[in-house]
Amino acid sequence: MNRIAQRLAALKEQQAAAFIPFITGGDPDLSGSEDIAVTLAEQGADIIEYGVPYSDPVGDGIVIQEASLRALAQGVTLRKILASVERIRKRSDVPLMLFSYLNPILSYGVERFARDAAAAGADGVLCVDLPPDDAEDYRNALKANNLESIFLAAPTSTDARLQFIGSATGSFVYYISRLGVTGEQAALSTGLAAAVARVREQCGKPVAVGFGISTPEQAHEVAGAAEGVVVGSAIVRLIAQKAGAPDMLRTVAEFARHLAEAIKKGNI
Amino acid sequence: MPDARGRYGVFGGKYVPETLMYALDQLEEAFLNARQDAAFQKELTQLQQQYVGRPTPLYFAGRLTRHLGGARIYFKREDLAHTGAHKINNALGQCLLARSMGKPRVIAETGAGQHGVATATAAALLGLQCDVYMGAEDMERQRLNVFRMQLMGTRVIPVTSGSRTLKDAINEALRDWAAQVERTHYVLGTVHGPHPFPLICREFQSIIGKEAHEQILKAEGRLPDMMIACVGGGSNALGLFHPFLKEEDVRLIGVEAGGISLVPGMHAARFAGGTPGMLQGAMSYVLQDENGLIGRTHSVSAGLDYASVGPEHAWLHDSGRVHYTHVSDQEALDAFQLCSRLEGILPALESAHAVAEVIKQAPALSPEKIIVMNMSGRGDKDVEQAARFILAGEEA
Repeated sequence: MNRIAQRLAALKEQQAAAFIPFITGGDPDLSGSEDIAVTLAEQGADIIEYGVPYSDPVGDGIVIQEASLRALAQGVTLRKILASVERIRKRSDVPLMLFSYLNPILSYGVERFARDAAAAGADGVLCVDLPPDDAEDYRNALKANNLESIFLAAPTSTDARLQFIGSATGSFVYYISRLGVTGEQAALSTGLAAAVARVREQCGKPVAVGFGISTPEQAHEVAGAAEGVVVGSAIVRLIAQKAGAPDMLRTVAEFARHLAEAIKKGNI
Repeated sequence: MPDARGRYGVFGGKYVPETLMYALDQLEEAFLNARQDAAFQKELTQLQQQYVGRPTPLYFAGRLTRHLGGARIYFKREDLAHTGAHKINNALGQCLLARSMGKPRVIAETGAGQHGVATATAAALLGLQCDVYMGAEDMERQRLNVFRMQLMGTRVIPVTSGSRTLKDAINEALRDWAAQVERTHYVLGTVHGPHPFPLICREFQSIIGKEAHEQILKAEGRLPDMMIACVGGGSNALGLFHPFLKEEDVRLIGVEAGGISLVPGMHAARFAGGTPGMLQGAMSYVLQDENGLIGRTHSVSAGLDYASVGPEHAWLHDSGRVHYTHVSDQEALDAFQLCSRLEGILPALESAHAVAEVIKQAPALSPEKIIVMNMSGRGDKDVEQAARFILAGEEA
């Protein structure tokens, strides 16, 4: 059984939500990202989303865009990210999901990518600008290598689309909790619980909620409504602020611990 | 026509984050309805005639023809359309669609500013709120167009991310659209982007070719032997070519920006230096590195300075129906000056690439042959830029 599916099954038993942090691979640098990933796992991350830096991240807000550019400036590529995943896997059993845009994967070759990602120890892939409609070859390649393909759902997705997305996605669906791009915000969307319930019902899969969750309080609130809570920009911003500082890892660890605790004391 | 999923062979498609899928479906439905809607079509036709000034003339460029001593050369005068370029055809059509979808706000991206100006114009005409994303660097280079948009009530938003040019303006427009999709229509300016944009833009632009078809038959009693147009995203070229795709005896030539040289980063010739890939919603030819990262591009003409090309062009390239070539910055600047001197027409630097190809082709053809070239825009916007390059060349 795939590590992502296994972890979600275990959490379901415990009636707890998954803590899913996102970091951009290669920011501040690859070994730094690897240390952070291992630290996040130690602090209770259930699945780590490992971002593949890209030159044109249309789904991302300014925080992750800039992290991407910093990583690219150091020459981080999809190939190097896969090598990095392999190093993380030697240090931790945490479920790992690659978070990428389509073009680097196309350029690498979809089948070769699936093979190499699985060999490196990744467990799943979310491709931001690849809706399931045109993803047949990609899904087949991932499936053949025991990798989960996770798809997005949005507030604008109709019931019919949610059913389609639900049939295509792996162990869970990633719900974009608000319109727009990634980034922190002061208040969560109103009616989130009802929106998540609709997505769960139509998709028929557990729901992880992302986009705009930046504090332990918000994470706690979302954990009460969804099977997973994704926190990205807030962590990426903290990493950028602390880049080069001796207490960077400790600060990220502390923030992650607060998030994990807030999520785990939630009840669904 | 593309297939149901917006594909031209392996090219095209709808590669966007899920948030936008609904808006694309909604847009496709509105477009298909508008196509059947007599009232919509009547209003569009009326505005094309009375506001844009259509049909634009098909002009016999007699002095250029005599100078080159070969084929008879005609210009399709899109430079005479309101706002000075073909861009208004698409902007007006899409703003009417926005209104029919009940969306009070439009956004657009712009490089040189022509599509931004066209959208600002159509938005003013129809009373829509309008925001235009423009690279900070382009805003500096095209200050006049920035002010033109502002005069018409448009807010011009500087884009400081990435390379601060057209590609990044499109990224920002896509991000805005995702955030405001319920009340906003994105007026994408060329035959690129996710389906149905390439189809919609081609349909609104194909009036160029339909008119040219009628006009050349009237002027010469037969179809041309060759048609030439510049290709950035490719909307003016597809607009001219599309009604002629079935006319197998008409040779169609698309001209890309060869820039300084065909070294990566120094040009925007996607068919010469690109490979199939996906950028900004569509599968097409893309200038990219071996890791799938989008490369830098260069052209003296901002409107051709883009890393990808419309998916239908990619398909026409692979099928061999359209031949694609490229001309350098220098050849375009030379053509810009020759056309100005001989015809009293300052072509846009984009269109000057087409003129440069005419200069290469016409002398080799006999005088009974006919070339129709799309004069896609006027060059007033480029005078400062051209002066900079031409004067620098004279000093060197």
